[in-house]
Amino acid sequence: MRTLLIALWLFASGAHALEAAIVEKLAFGESDEQVAAIAALVAAGDEKAAAVLQALAEGELQTAGKSVLIVKGEEATDAVTGAKVAPLPAEREDVIANNRLRRELAGALAGLKLISPQREIRLAAAKELAGGADAAMLPLVKKALEKETDAELKSMLGQIAAAMELKDGSKEARIAAIRMLGGSNNPNTKMLLLSVLEKGKDGSFAEPDEEVRRDAQASLRAVEGRLAWGERLGILFTSISLGSILLLAALGLAITYGLMGVINMAHGELIMVGAYTTYAVQNLFRAHAPGAFDWYLACAVPAAFVVPAAVGMLLERSVIRWLYGRPLETLLATWGISLVLIQTVRTIFGAQNVQVENPGFMSGGIEILVGVVLPWSRIVIVLFAAAVLTGIWLLLTRTRLGLFVRGVTQNRAMASCVGVPTPRVDTWAFGLGCGIAGLAGCALSQIGNVGPDLGQSYIVDSFMVVVLGGVGQLAGTVYAALGLGFANKLLEAWQGAVLAKIAVLVFIIMFIQKRPQGLFALKGRAVEG
Amino acid sequence: MKRRNFIKATVLAVSMAAIGSGGYAQDKGPIKIGVLHSLSGTMAISETVLKDVTLMAIDEINAKGGVMGRKLEPVVVDPASNWPLFAEKARQLLTQDKVSVVFGCWTSVSRKSVLPVFEELNGLLFYPVQYEGEELSKNVFYTGAAPNQQAIPAVEYLMSKEGGGAKRWVLLGTDYVYPRTTNKILRAFLIKKGVKESDIDEKYTPFGHSDYQTIVADVKKFAAGGKTAVVSTINGDSNVPFYKELGNQGLKATDVPVVAFSVGEEELRGVDTKPLVGHLAAWNYFMSIKSPANTEFTKKWAAYAKAKNIAGHKDKPLTNDPMEAAYIGMYMWKQAVEKAKTTDVDKVIAAMGGQTFTAPSGITSTMDPKNHHLHKAVFIGEVQANGQFNVVWKTKGPVKAVPWSPFIAGNDKKKDEPQGKTVIAK
Repeated sequence: MRTLLIALWLFASGAHALEAAIVEKLAFGESDEQVAAIAALVAAGDEKAAAVLQALAEGELQTAGKSVLIVKGEEATDAVTGAKVAPLPAEREDVIANNRLRRELAGALAGLKLISPQREIRLAAAKELAGGADAAMLPLVKKALEKETDAELKSMLGQIAAAMELKDGSKEARIAAIRMLGGSNNPNTKMLLLSVLEKGKDGSFAEPDEEVRRDAQASLRAVEGRLAWGERLGILFTSISLGSILLLAALGLAITYGLMGVINMAHGELIMVGAYTTYAVQNLFRAHAPGAFDWYLACAVPAAFVVPAAVGMLLERSVIRWLYGRPLETLLATWGISLVLIQTVRTIFGAQNVQVENPGFMSGGIEILVGVVLPWSRIVIVLFAAAVLTGIWLLLTRTRLGLFVRGVTQNRAMASCVGVPTPRVDTWAFGLGCGIAGLAGCALSQIGNVGPDLGQSYIVDSFMVVVLGGVGQLAGTVYAALGLGFANKLLEAWQGAVLAKIAVLVFIIMFIQKRPQGLFALKGRAVEG
Repeated sequence: MKRRNFIKATVLAVSMAAIGSGGYAQDKGPIKIGVLHSLSGTMAISETVLKDVTLMAIDEINAKGGVMGRKLEPVVVDPASNWPLFAEKARQLLTQDKVSVVFGCWTSVSRKSVLPVFEELNGLLFYPVQYEGEELSKNVFYTGAAPNQQAIPAVEYLMSKEGGGAKRWVLLGTDYVYPRTTNKILRAFLIKKGVKESDIDEKYTPFGHSDYQTIVADVKKFAAGGKTAVVSTINGDSNVPFYKELGNQGLKATDVPVVAFSVGEEELRGVDTKPLVGHLAAWNYFMSIKSPANTEFTKKWAAYAKAKNIAGHKDKPLTNDPMEAAYIGMYMWKQAVEKAKTTDVDKVIAAMGGQTFTAPSGITSTMDPKNHHLHKAVFIGEVQANGQFNVVWKTKGPVKAVPWSPFIAGNDKKKDEPQGKTVIAK
């Protein structure tokens, strides 16, 4: 039935008024009737039909009493006649598409768009159809294939047509179709080839011919090989992404704990302060500069550095300074501080999570292979982590403050003797570490939840990274973060998230037993008492 | 040992006496109501509004003269998404504050944690959230859905032509008792329907998990083997990163629909729902349902949220299924107290069976005379671009709850009534 209708459409031309009955069925009918109406509209094939389908797909189709309207903003046109309707009827109801209808709509619209003069539209339509097209679309696809001149589109359309012809058609056509499919890297192709190789309940194959099955087997291997590469790339990326988050969370601690030796249990809470600063900046932008909302991060990043850094310097001056060289007291004091910070934030912002919205450019992702999508938010965070790392490295190796920090770390007494103001260097270094924790909070706010307890979930991870990497070494922190990222993601893909977490923890405990100084250790350093 | 037992017994006796005598001493004073919902931690995203809607119902009842001429006085505590703390707070409510009834809990692990306390002290708990069944206590009324009122119909819908005809299933959940049990039931159900073991993939993440990259990528990979649907029993704030990841990775509902049992209007508040259009949720109530009772309910909530300055809701009031269940629970308790003419726990329990209430979901909700569960209509909704759900399927009328799922071995012998209920104290 539908094949016939589409074939009819291929020959139909010109603009005739849409049949009211069909449009009414689309708007008021049960879903079976709606599906039939979509097919009928595809058959009508003119611009008005396409407009009605497009409107339904975008949720712009509404009903008012008995009439069906296409409503765009404040303007409405009658779906049947195309006449303007003014004023807008007050009582309107949306025509709502469910998944089944949306699937049909996407296919129908893609079919209609295959012969568009613009290449991008044709490409999008072909991609849509490649995801699984109805066999009824075959004549449409073949027609488009004949007309197509673009090489890439031609091969895509070829694959789509091949997929459709897989089930029926002569033996030669089937073999040709299967060989054609072997060049695809679409996960749906695998599904299709598997269906050829499937055995029925009585033990007979879905595909009766032995030769065709052999070809299908070979094509399947080729497709699976390519898909496996996509998968490996995916794991690589997620590992780097997790590693970069661990790195950001741990970098600040690598300075306060690694270089300065302060067991800072409030590190997680400084991350949280950074995240809340981002939230506050976001709210300011929303209230005062909604037009520039997409750029709020440009202000949030410096603010998320400065505020926690200030908090950190205040803490160092008021509490931690008096406890240097007394690790147990430091641990208890900073833990107390962390509770104070959590409660303060709870009092100011409330106990519930707050929402930090991503700027527009950070939502969505880029598809590097079919089925492998790298989300922009993760890419931005990986780059951000790299930038922060570079910044710290430059600061520690190229500036006077960095020189002092290294000097004080390696030999406090000697540094003091040659005139380094060690107490002031301590304050600055601690502020720096806390500021970096704040930057981590800013990054985390973009992908996770922001609540008063945010820091608690990162403090353990941060310590794990720093201890594993070796106290006192930035390079160790980097290797440890990436290494843990990889270990976690590989294990997660293999054994699930819960076991992966446990396994990583056990691994670290064993490793620290064997090598207490971590991956990298400073050699011959005068340890302070 | 002996001494400990003696102390235990004494404490028990004293506290029981305290409850008993409390009832008489306060006959003229206000009736105390315990509210036991997490207001901080991972579950706060879901539970905070339940506290608010319970307080709203109490305000309403008080405005109309209270119960039997006595005002209701709420006692709100925060168990902070900390399961052992739930038990402590429950004990505090029952023994120190001497509340007549407690409305509370979301996760099953918190309910399991307070259950021994309520049974020991003979308290009364109204639990407003859908759960996995496998439990019947005389001290608890379950106003949320049992598996046959939510999970099973949802899976049946996804199997149907209308729902996409799914052949492969990813059962994805947070790692605790509710998702584990629900998935056990669903697995048995699917296998009975002819789905192969290899076509079912069960996955769990810890509470508060925030990195769903691998999971979403795995779902994609699994979906390459046939038409796949995902059943999500992820609970709490993990849902926000999960749905963000779904949107970012472009997993569309037309290809792989995700049906969730613990995600409603409130959980999607902070998420951009445009990429999520078409993903599903199964509940017994949606805010978008059109019924006079619902119009009134949502209006009241909007006004209350504005008056009480409830964060988020004062600008964009949202209602959801557990809120409705909590609201129904409060009114049914009131009716039962009025019928029993006392707040005495055993008498109220006896009076609860058969209570009816015009639910916002558009049906008349009935408390089963025996099994402590509500008869509920089931709705399946698709996420819309505005964060609301559009009902795409519903049952013809209310469905009786089956807390002992027939898909778990041995349940056919269990009675559809809590034990020890007939005991009348005093």
